[in-house]
Amino acid sequence: MENSTITSPGIVTVISYIVYLVSSVLFILGIKKLSSPKTARQGNFLASLGMFLAILITVVLTKLVNWELIFIGLIIGSAIGTVMAIKVPMTGMPQMVGLLNGFGGGASALVALSEYYNKLNDPGVSFLESTTVTIVISILIGSVTFTGSLIAFGKLQGIVTGKVVKYPLQHPMNALLLIAVLAAGIFIVIDPFQESLLIAVVVVSLLLGVLLVLPIGGADMPVAVSLLNSYSGLAASATGFVLENNMLIIAGALVGASGLILTMIMCRGMNRSLMNVVLGGWASAGTEGAASTDSPKGQAKSIDAEELAMLIDSVSSVVIVPGYGMAVAQAQHAVRDLMNILEKKGIKVRFAIHPVAGRMPGHMNVLLAEAQVDYDKLYAMEDINDDFPNTDIAIIIGANDVVNPAARHDKNSPIYGMPILNVDYAKTVIINKRSMNVGYAGIENELFFYPNALMYFGDAKEAINKLTAEIKNL
Amino acid sequence: MEGLDLLMHIYVFVLAIFVGFELITKVPPTLHTPLMSGSNAISGITIVGALISASMEQYSISTWLGFVAIIFATINVVGGFLVTDRMLKMFKKK
Repeated sequence: MENSTITSPGIVTVISYIVYLVSSVLFILGIKKLSSPKTARQGNFLASLGMFLAILITVVLTKLVNWELIFIGLIIGSAIGTVMAIKVPMTGMPQMVGLLNGFGGGASALVALSEYYNKLNDPGVSFLESTTVTIVISILIGSVTFTGSLIAFGKLQGIVTGKVVKYPLQHPMNALLLIAVLAAGIFIVIDPFQESLLIAVVVVSLLLGVLLVLPIGGADMPVAVSLLNSYSGLAASATGFVLENNMLIIAGALVGASGLILTMIMCRGMNRSLMNVVLGGWASAGTEGAASTDSPKGQAKSIDAEELAMLIDSVSSVVIVPGYGMAVAQAQHAVRDLMNILEKKGIKVRFAIHPVAGRMPGHMNVLLAEAQVDYDKLYAMEDINDDFPNTDIAIIIGANDVVNPAARHDKNSPIYGMPILNVDYAKTVIINKRSMNVGYAGIENELFFYPNALMYFGDAKEAINKLTAEIKNL
Repeated sequence: MEGLDLLMHIYVFVLAIFVGFELITKVPPTLHTPLMSGSNAISGITIVGALISASMEQYSISTWLGFVAIIFATINVVGGFLVTDRMLKMFKKK
């Protein structure tokens, strides 16, 4: 677009605009095809084709200035990206996505910074206010996404504590930092040549990213990762404003919208506002308490593999409810084996997936897909909840708060109002857990003391394998 | 960038947000993880900016910032699309 009003654009520029349009359309079609598992892979291919075309025409546009550097960068990035994509286990997918968000955001911030120095060092170029505003916004969002994602990665990987981190004056301090960045931004717009002020914006934005994600607890990570996903898109969009490139604006906006929708779905799945999650959430969250089998509510009953095998052998319908515990124990293949043997006996097996089960949206679905469980056996909460009264056995594997009936009736419970899977309506509920420990919300689960509930203790993988073996022996 | 140009870009941005909302509400929960990694790869489109940044005439601070941006964005793009494909390959129905 530069100089387009003065001289007519060159043929390469015109072609590049057409290619960018084609790429934008391919991105839209690619996401559209994600509406069904049958066409999703094709959609991903279309989107990657759009990306390839955009990169190709841009390399041509650069007239191969500094081509050695560009190709070295592309090769290093491709090598690292490929190794990461091949090596990551399916259980590590939340970390992977978290990390990729960070690289996207970081790249956007770097591009904006580069554009700033380009203008600063070119005496012929004058800063326009609108350009400086977009540069500052792009640096802010990109930097927050970068360090925020690194912290999210650290939390998911277990390098940084997964607990809710609280310290005095946390929120006033964050608010103050944000105001400082915005104020500095205004000064830079007024006088763009204040280089040191821009560096300060970068540093404080990076710090903000750390401080904003640090307080968020492990099980709230689906919200954090979705939100950072949205930011990485908005950062790309902001870069589009800096470079006056509509394709970047469109692609970034699509991703921004996507992340925002997922964030809203996750929040609704916990009946909490975004503010509540971002500001650190449940008072008791993340505490590791050991509840006992005895409680004022009665005593929890437990069952062993052999008895459980006999019980299951006599029923006709089973619903399996997986949670984060299944991911931790890498039990998805064991669960698949259990499903296969039950189906061989003519028992109907389905899976009930809570929206916030696991550490990112759709986490359980990917793990079960890896274990070759058909996706049409996986039911969303609203599609299966009415069916629990007609279910003989609900087997809960490594889930806790999302099946706590207190959410329905106990107004004093911190999770009151959160939509849950109504497993307690099933004739029998089997809860596989390593111990009686509390879930993420830090509260005891009254379900364990229900008359129709039976605890089946053990590591998910071992316990399920043992159960499958016992059923085989019958 | 003149004021009207900025406004035209805001037009595009707002309309694209609406397109995004329409498209993404139709993605089933089962595909939410691939949606995230796939859309994440698309946000790597900032690579276009990185390429332009790195091809400034002389080697300067802008060039080197662009170089690092290329590496970051390429990891995002290549890693994102490949891992999404790896996941989507697994979604099957008998």
